[in-house]
Amino acid sequence: MSDMAPRPAGGAMPPLDPDEKIDIAALLEGIADYRPRRKGWHWREQVPDQKLHKFVYKETSKGLKNSIPLPAAHYFRDIDPQPDCVVTSEIASGRFEDDIRRMRMAAWHGADHIMVIRTAGQSHMAGLLEGTPEGVGGIAVTRKQVRATRKALDLIEDEVGRPINFHSYVSGVAGPEMAVMFAEEGVNGAHQDPQYNVLYRNINMYRSFVDAAVAKHVMASVRMAQIDGAHNANATAVEAWNVMPELLVQHAINSAYSVSVGMPKDDICLSTVPPDAAPAPCMRMDLPYAVALRDLFGEYKMRAQENTRYMEADGRDATVSHVMNLVISRLTSADIQSTITPDEGRNVPWHYNNVAAVNTAKQSLVGMDGLREMVKLDREAPEFKAKVREIKERAVLFLEAMLREGGYFAAVEEAYFVDSGIYPETHDDGIGRKSDGGVAAGSIVARAADYLAPVCHHFGENHLPEGYGGVAGEGGAAGADAARKPCDLIGGCTLCDAEKVPFIDELDPEDNVNVRLAQTAELREKGLIKPEVQWAADGWVVVTMFLPAAPRVAEFAALEFGKAMNLQGCEVINKQVMHPAEGTLIELKGRLDVVVDPATLTIPPEPVVMSDAEIKAFVTENKVKCVAATVGEDEHSVGMREIIDIKHGGLEKWGFACEYLGTSVPVEKVLDAAIEHAAQIVLISTIISHGDMHRDNMEKLADLAVEKGVRDKLLLISGGTQVTDELARSWGMDAGFGRGAKGIGVASFVVKTMRERGM
Amino acid sequence: MAREDTYLQIRGHLDGLSDEQLEARFWELAQQVVDPLVELARTHTSPSIERSVLMRMGVDSPTCMAVVGACGKRGLLGHGAGHILLHCSTTWGCPAPEAARRLAAGEGWDVVAQKWGGAA
Repeated sequence: MSDMAPRPAGGAMPPLDPDEKIDIAALLEGIADYRPRRKGWHWREQVPDQKLHKFVYKETSKGLKNSIPLPAAHYFRDIDPQPDCVVTSEIASGRFEDDIRRMRMAAWHGADHIMVIRTAGQSHMAGLLEGTPEGVGGIAVTRKQVRATRKALDLIEDEVGRPINFHSYVSGVAGPEMAVMFAEEGVNGAHQDPQYNVLYRNINMYRSFVDAAVAKHVMASVRMAQIDGAHNANATAVEAWNVMPELLVQHAINSAYSVSVGMPKDDICLSTVPPDAAPAPCMRMDLPYAVALRDLFGEYKMRAQENTRYMEADGRDATVSHVMNLVISRLTSADIQSTITPDEGRNVPWHYNNVAAVNTAKQSLVGMDGLREMVKLDREAPEFKAKVREIKERAVLFLEAMLREGGYFAAVEEAYFVDSGIYPETHDDGIGRKSDGGVAAGSIVARAADYLAPVCHHFGENHLPEGYGGVAGEGGAAGADAARKPCDLIGGCTLCDAEKVPFIDELDPEDNVNVRLAQTAELREKGLIKPEVQWAADGWVVVTMFLPAAPRVAEFAALEFGKAMNLQGCEVINKQVMHPAEGTLIELKGRLDVVVDPATLTIPPEPVVMSDAEIKAFVTENKVKCVAATVGEDEHSVGMREIIDIKHGGLEKWGFACEYLGTSVPVEKVLDAAIEHAAQIVLISTIISHGDMHRDNMEKLADLAVEKGVRDKLLLISGGTQVTDELARSWGMDAGFGRGAKGIGVASFVVKTMRERGM
Repeated sequence: MAREDTYLQIRGHLDGLSDEQLEARFWELAQQVVDPLVELARTHTSPSIERSVLMRMGVDSPTCMAVVGACGKRGLLGHGAGHILLHCSTTWGCPAPEAARRLAAGEGWDVVAQKWGGAA
């Protein structure tokens, strides 16, 4: 990692406050002078045998300063173990100012690799774009947007306490320029694979490889991580499982080419996807491939991507596929675990789905921590062993045929790639390109005998004057120990002197961030709330509904329900047949053009929690007793145990004398027991809520207490998953505790209320 | 042209290779595929490469487009746009970005023509 000295000024901002939103306007102040404080990729710091709570982890890394743990973490003292591998989140809304907020959310959940997708069509644009124009399916990757994003990530990484890798694309017909801009701006990783240009962007093949060499060499100069583009063959081929031999070949071409132009193997990451998905027996098909790949490419890094080829609109289905992909990561290896949002099959990903995907990865990786110590792949199993060997042999046959054909360019002309036959089988459906065709055909120029580039980290022939030199592959006469750097000819290049990097602010007076921010300024200034999925105040919400109708009828009925809910622009984004006649599950999106002013809300205060010592002293002094039971025809006891048992941090911990009467206890019996034991507290648990049973039991208890003349001597408290404090009070209780309630909350309430009432 | 799976028929020569030998062969072949590509890149340049050189010389992107475009039209890219810019900035005694602005505005191409020919 090549560190740069931290630079003062440049619109330095105070650290982020976890309770405050990131201020985009302030972020953009002084952006012309902002410089990256770090270059190169960051791998997580591994912590062997890390002890967290009561567990020892085998495959985790240094923890975060600020993070949001998995939902069940509150059972485990809120630990948030971070897996060993880098975790990616891909962001593509087209507005960098909104993406930045999403990056912060993703980082808090454990993402440390933020991959920014480019706007549609940018790969065919010569030269760099400038300013902050809005993009489609990604941002226009410009210096200003890149710099502002890097600046935001610098703040966010300080907030969470772990460096964040920023990543975009060095492809298209401006690859070398993009690479230079990324190197200057502290972008930490990039997709770079000339084969991607050729096959999927129809950019001329000579041009793609010539450009790629310079781009890769510049990337290497700042130790940017490179991710290749081979996985696109899975996503494109008709029968994705058949492209396995070709995938190995594509990985090899990009890897060998990268090494040949000066990129360290440590920085070269293979983008690999398990090619199949259920209902295919996907893991049995994908595992031999994953192993063959890692056998051949052991010196390189694995960026495990998730399958998108067979992704439909159902988020559950996508998540299960991804978890199976994660099992393969854990059984083999992954240096970077990519994540695909569960909604990618139906829209450009939304904020919370980035978080969902990151959590799917974190949950699975942590859950399978150390599994490899107990579960080993049986490399000698006949089918497994034969398949691994077969995939490798087919790849070798593919390479042999390419060479017989006349090399890479000839093979592409003959449509060797992305054929859905398993090589040497072909289905004649591969992508063929002409060597004299495609975008920017005929644009490469032979370097003349006096070719000169007076800058550093330039790949290829370079006829520098005597005494000037670079490292291997950069031309020049004297080699690495030359007295002067190439850029000494011009008094320094931008890669050596950050002060020389030029900055263009905006070129378009209409299509820029200032105009967009002005449109939502009122909401921010007044602190108004409007729902959003990707852009500030976009208004989109999703409604899930089951309709007892056939799918097509249900779809159109759902649109009517949407209108009745005052939603604009309704669209069904997923439907799943429950039964052809009995009904359909619908997910409907629509825009809700309503704002809420939080100043108008009545929000009850959060319960105050007291110290252990204070509670203990009060309970001892007042000999507080409680009677507890699950009432009605209800056999649930876990929740009540959590509240009263000493081992769960319940009331007994502070000396409460608790009489637990059991489950399915009639309320009369509960009250009689309270009177008999002279208890001050009655705790009832009411889990079952159908037919308003929980309500009936609470009202009955309160009424009985009044009848027997003990209401003012007792605190009546109910709990249960469907209980809220507000509801319980309205049904005659003194308090209600719902999902997530803990003993400390109940104890604090009891002490506070008994004091207030002089009980 | 579609072809049946001939794997079993054509794999014979790989049969005797150990896994290690097979893997070594894979990389040997990959390197053979890549070598001519590297040579092509070493000896050629492109408009984007030349713009990336000017960028490293401190020139902003619209000016890079204009200067490299003008060099291309004059058939001069093979000498290196950075070379041309270096020559002008040395001749004029000004920093490279300033020389690039003048060239982008269509000024000073006579200096270039004197050294390399082409239109002034």
